[in-house]
Amino acid sequence: MATYHPEGLKTAAEETLVEDRSSSKPPTPQGVSLGLKGWLRWMWRQLTSMRVALLLLLLLAGVALPGAFFPQRSVDPNAVAEYFQDHPDSAPVLDKLHLFDVFSSPWFSAVYLLLFISLIGCIVPRTLSHLKNLRARPPRVPRRFARFPVRTELRTAMPPEQVQQALAGTLGRRYRREWGTESVTTTAGRERTIRTLSAERGTGRETGNLIFHLALVGLLVVTAWGSLVHYRGQIVIVEGDTFVNSPVDYDSFDTGAWYDAEGMEPFRIRLDDFSSVFTELGDARDFTADVTLMRSDAPDREQTIQVNHPLETNSTRVYLSGNGYAPDVTVTDADGEVAFSGPVIFLPDDDIGYTSNGAIMVPDTSAGLDQLGLNGTLLPTAVITPGGQPVMSSYPELNDPVLVLNVYTGDLGLDDGIPQNLYTLDTTNLTEVPDPDDPSQPAQVLLRPGETAELPDGLGTITLNDIPRFAALDVRYDPSIPWMGVFAGIAIAALAASLFLPRRRLWARIIPGPGGTTVVTAAALARGDDPGLRAELDRVLAPLSIDQPADEQTKENL
Amino acid sequence: MNTDLGTISTLLVYGAMACYVVAMIAFAVDVSALGVGAKADRRRRAAGIGMSVIHLAAVVHLAAIVLRALAAGRVPWANMYEFTLMFTFFLVAVFLGIQRRKDVRYLGVGVAMLAFLALFLAISVLYVEADGVQPALQSYWLVIHVSVATLATGLFGFSALISVVQLLQGRRESCATDHPDPAIVPGAEGDGATDGDGGGAAGKAGHPGGGVATAPARTGTTVLNRVLQPLPAAADLERLAYRLNAVAFVAWTFVLVAGAIWAEHAWGRPWGWDPKETWSFVIWVIYAAYLHARVTTGWAAQKFAYFALVGFMALLANFYVVNIFFNSRHSYSGL
Repeated sequence: MATYHPEGLKTAAEETLVEDRSSSKPPTPQGVSLGLKGWLRWMWRQLTSMRVALLLLLLLAGVALPGAFFPQRSVDPNAVAEYFQDHPDSAPVLDKLHLFDVFSSPWFSAVYLLLFISLIGCIVPRTLSHLKNLRARPPRVPRRFARFPVRTELRTAMPPEQVQQALAGTLGRRYRREWGTESVTTTAGRERTIRTLSAERGTGRETGNLIFHLALVGLLVVTAWGSLVHYRGQIVIVEGDTFVNSPVDYDSFDTGAWYDAEGMEPFRIRLDDFSSVFTELGDARDFTADVTLMRSDAPDREQTIQVNHPLETNSTRVYLSGNGYAPDVTVTDADGEVAFSGPVIFLPDDDIGYTSNGAIMVPDTSAGLDQLGLNGTLLPTAVITPGGQPVMSSYPELNDPVLVLNVYTGDLGLDDGIPQNLYTLDTTNLTEVPDPDDPSQPAQVLLRPGETAELPDGLGTITLNDIPRFAALDVRYDPSIPWMGVFAGIAIAALAASLFLPRRRLWARIIPGPGGTTVVTAAALARGDDPGLRAELDRVLAPLSIDQPADEQTKENL
Repeated sequence: MNTDLGTISTLLVYGAMACYVVAMIAFAVDVSALGVGAKADRRRRAAGIGMSVIHLAAVVHLAAIVLRALAAGRVPWANMYEFTLMFTFFLVAVFLGIQRRKDVRYLGVGVAMLAFLALFLAISVLYVEADGVQPALQSYWLVIHVSVATLATGLFGFSALISVVQLLQGRRESCATDHPDPAIVPGAEGDGATDGDGGGAAGKAGHPGGGVATAPARTGTTVLNRVLQPLPAAADLERLAYRLNAVAFVAWTFVLVAGAIWAEHAWGRPWGWDPKETWSFVIWVIYAAYLHARVTTGWAAQKFAYFALVGFMALLANFYVVNIFFNSRHSYSGL
């Protein structure tokens, strides 16, 4: 029978009621004479024991939790930067402990890898042993039934053959069974033949258990594969613009180690239009990006992308991850030359009115002029104080948009080649231009669409041409995702099987009694808790206690 | 949307809360009667009242949920207030469902109290007007993922209640076997009827015996122990809690998987270790540890219940703490 017994399993001990126990006990390690091989063996045994698996599971829960308390770089890099600013003393220490990258930290990886090694070490031998068990015959009939809590003894008028047929009928197809005979010598000295039955059902329970764990391994493997071959690009595009699925075009682009640049699907996407729906109170109800997907091998395709409806190309998905306004401005310098023209991304705050902040950086087109920086706020529906000062935005749509700008001159750092944040102005090398009327206050420029304003100090002019919208798109290629779904689905089905399929064994002895009667003794055993076990035994034996239906059933089975 | 229906729904929630209070009091009277020496096989009028009222509460509660759905024009589980309405309803529904098969009226006081407290918190802190939902929630996965999450929460909550009773019962049983006291041993073997009379007598008769033995032997006569005595044995309670936790665990696994699929649609990644995802994963691991601990030798049956209780605490924290205080993409409380 089974030669493998998982360590620490209660059920393994139950098995030994009917099976040989000798193999279930590992040789006790003897510290002195263990040797290297012995120690390795001992460590492997420990690692694959249920107790250590349990410890590792709890440890996994413990090491995952810090990831919920500290900001994670993978989730929100800005929050991590903020944490560094707020806690300059503790943040570097926490960083050393990988508390901002918990889920890629060595200690988190160590725990889950050990857990999976433990799992594999436990599951593989169990699978082999289970496969063997599936082909094996049901266990032999225990000598004494008295030790089983669920047992029955009854006397019936049926002859033994009829009893056997009746039991075969009620057992149905679910039970694997084996009939046998035993010879006993009665006190009178006569040989008597007893029929025995051994039946078993519910191997699906263990099958489900094993498949569930193997599916988890599969999930881990495909996730690892996905993170090696994936790529993800993020881009912000303004209505009317087009981007190419190529690393150079993305604002940010990250890849796995096995990422294949040649394999990137060649397509371009143009954002034709972006529309949104808000409630009266300004709650978002719908965001829709109308795009045109352009490929060399197929005609252009007009599509929409919504928050829960990514665009699917052959192997890539394009998600809508954000949106906002991009004021289209034209700036002329002191010489009247156009120094800058085009839409500028303004990132919305979390407020209800979509108050958006951005920076307009104007290079020095004419020689001898300073570079110009405009730091500004767009109020889509401006609330204006009686003094004419815009203070906030009351609604996310462009009902009365006002662009409020502060003006800086100096060195924007555009020529240094150092990457910088496009959405905020780094004012370290800039000086704020004061208000010509009140030099104690900074100059402020207010613009509505179509308006042109003079910049103070004769720096030039600025025109707000239009306020188009932008969409932030995530482009993702990860071939492992369908496989994750497959393994997750298998895992759930197998988990349900392993928890809810009852595993039961039934044994019976059919003993010919005096005067044509038959004595039937039977016992049942389940793996784990099984409140339905008694009812099941009664169901199987039911035809024996009522003669008439039993006869009918016997005929049917003939 | 339709504000009148929303108002009626809120009124019905208040009605259901009132019913839960009445039911809780009735169940408490029923249970505490045991503490003052009532017969275990007496006619339990208070429990009957409790059952009737909690049935009524469930009907009113369901009506409140349905009206809320009509008022909002969508499934009624898109914010923390509605989530609470749903999981408390499932908690009560699980209780009523199990009551049809076996007598679990002794848990009624806990169920009614938990339902009332959760609803009270929901209506006083988490309440938002019935309305549509933001684009991220406009998906059929809202129907699937969140409804199963509410069901799992209700199931986990009910089995946590059982686990609490089981731990108390287990402590009483181990006291009883450590200090065999003539006054309580017959009762421990299931003969509650003789104990009903003996309850008062044991208090007096127990003293001389208790004086000879050690002081803890008298624990057998405390009010709590008299209440616990006629209830099912700790082992039976543990089995029931385990079966419910197993169902809830499968449901929770489904919640994680459905959530991952939805996250892939909405955010472009199936799993991103968002605080809510991390907590949900930790809860899953705790309950997985619970299920594993149960098949492991060397652990007393009593101890499994602590895993389940820790898991349920984490579940509550995941709902109340993470949704409100953590900066998470799952912050849909609407507060």
